[in-house]
Amino acid sequence: MKLMNNITVISGETKMSRQEEILEKWQGEVFTYVIGAKKEEGGTRGSVVKVGGEKTLPFLDKEGILSNTAAVALEIFDVPPADWPEELVAAYGGVTANPLEWADACVRKFGAELLCVRLAGAHPDAGGRSPEQEAAFLSKLTAAVNVPLIVCGCGDDAKDNTLLPLCSEALKGERCLFGSASQDNYKTLTAAVTADGHGIIAESPIDLNIAKQLNILISDLGLPLERIVMDPTIGALGYGLEYAYSIMERARLAALSGDRNVACPFICFTGQETWKVKEAVAARADFPHWGDQEKRGILWEAVTASALLQAGADILVMRHPKAAEEIQKYACHR
Amino acid sequence: MLVIGELINGMFARVGRAIEEKDAAAVRRIASEQAVCGAGALDINCGPGSLSPADDMKWLVETVSAAVDKLLVLDSGKEEVLEAGLQAAGRSCLLNSATAEPNKLKRLLNLAARYKSGLIVLTVGSSGMPQGCRQRIESAAQIVEICVETGFPLDNIYLDPVLMPVSVAQSQVGAALETIREFKVISPELKSVVGLSNVSQSAPHRRLLNRVFLSMAAAYGLDAAILDPTDRELMESLFAADILLNRNIYCESFLKECGGAKDGRG
Repeated sequence: MKLMNNITVISGETKMSRQEEILEKWQGEVFTYVIGAKKEEGGTRGSVVKVGGEKTLPFLDKEGILSNTAAVALEIFDVPPADWPEELVAAYGGVTANPLEWADACVRKFGAELLCVRLAGAHPDAGGRSPEQEAAFLSKLTAAVNVPLIVCGCGDDAKDNTLLPLCSEALKGERCLFGSASQDNYKTLTAAVTADGHGIIAESPIDLNIAKQLNILISDLGLPLERIVMDPTIGALGYGLEYAYSIMERARLAALSGDRNVACPFICFTGQETWKVKEAVAARADFPHWGDQEKRGILWEAVTASALLQAGADILVMRHPKAAEEIQKYACHR
Repeated sequence: MLVIGELINGMFARVGRAIEEKDAAAVRRIASEQAVCGAGALDINCGPGSLSPADDMKWLVETVSAAVDKLLVLDSGKEEVLEAGLQAAGRSCLLNSATAEPNKLKRLLNLAARYKSGLIVLTVGSSGMPQGCRQRIESAAQIVEICVETGFPLDNIYLDPVLMPVSVAQSQVGAALETIREFKVISPELKSVVGLSNVSQSAPHRRLLNRVFLSMAAAYGLDAAILDPTDRELMESLFAADILLNRNIYCESFLKECGGAKDGRG
């Protein structure tokens, strides 16, 4: 990004005038978290993904070091996704019916460096697969693909509290990222990931004060801040994206100014938010002037993700492989 | 706000004794205690009783550096003592202090520049202790002019508006506050610092006066203060001020956590 050049600083009483580039100096930095562990570290991953470590705002590499590019994860489910629009399912060419083949396609066909697996099938309303079934599935998954993993529960607190500890144990040593802890439900997951060497996703409802408090609560339980990744909860373009943007920016400015309690990397579930909004999924027949449906959906996800990169996102969890591919090109310039 | 711990000063009996007996453990303890309480920097002063201040400064700097990784504020009226401290530190420090008197200011700017360090400059001109905001700002303008002439970066300058005791010069307290805000009008790069305890000299209820002044000064944009960080109520009022001024992100346990968020700020 081009910075302003030749700004004249004029000081009232002393009538000085000089030309210089105005650069911000930052004291703090965002923690670095490494997702995945290779064999020599006790895991079985073929590669690792480093996130965070920023010493300045995104894209402002003249002001400081941006050690790692933002990571793009493709999202898969443990069961065929029930509520995904047809064109999104079609983008994977039918493999979404089999999660292991789906994972394989993400890595080998679409080049994903990071996978996010959502254990949606464990939800009581979606069949309620048992913790043991899910843990066994994750073991198979780690054998099928060797990229680092993000593991998300089913979203039902009571179920997740029995499900995630078992899954965490099954993946012990793989240094995954587990989600999500919330202000009302963080103790069980924190204890599990602390014991098994993973990181945690701390989710707050577009509320920076709660985000900070939750980080403090989690670290008080003994999980270092360095192992927390914050999910600020985002909205898709047109659905509250600007609120998410502003609190992410505020948190990042505080982190760079030295506030360790908000100096964790951000994870943004871009795909999940995008592929439920009307603009991304409405058929062309219903809104002829909105143009081609598939292109529109991809664009909606990519544009949402690009704004979040500007806000400081470190991990983008995306759904459409084409959108992920496009955003990867942009993310590497950060 | 950058909190500069004031306790490593030979003027205090226990520190004076520790210097005399080269009791490193005692000095390290005082350094660590201040750091834990939220000090981002530590003032180091051998005190008036020191017989060989350059050696004592060197010893203090080495002892403190071994205990905590904080910015050191080398506090002496003698240039050779400051230089001994800079050499011992082997990294950037803050020098305390110069005045607007041009010759000494130039020498100290030169010394600070050679060691890539900052300098605290009192807005005291040739006419003695400043009266009112205007006199302070005149001195500040002279200081800035000399910095610009010598090419010294303004963001390494901490201007001290010179706090006077409320018991002696009551009207000067408000003038000092006003001056803190005006420094930024001269240049937004300039930082401000006060020696907090001056405001309450020879008055009763010193700690109350100190903390109320500090909260007010925070609102006027004060960047740094030399104070006793082990005064818990003082530090807590500073944390609360940072929250109220939207300089630190509010959360329920702000009081407990602010200390950890202060490091290196300023």
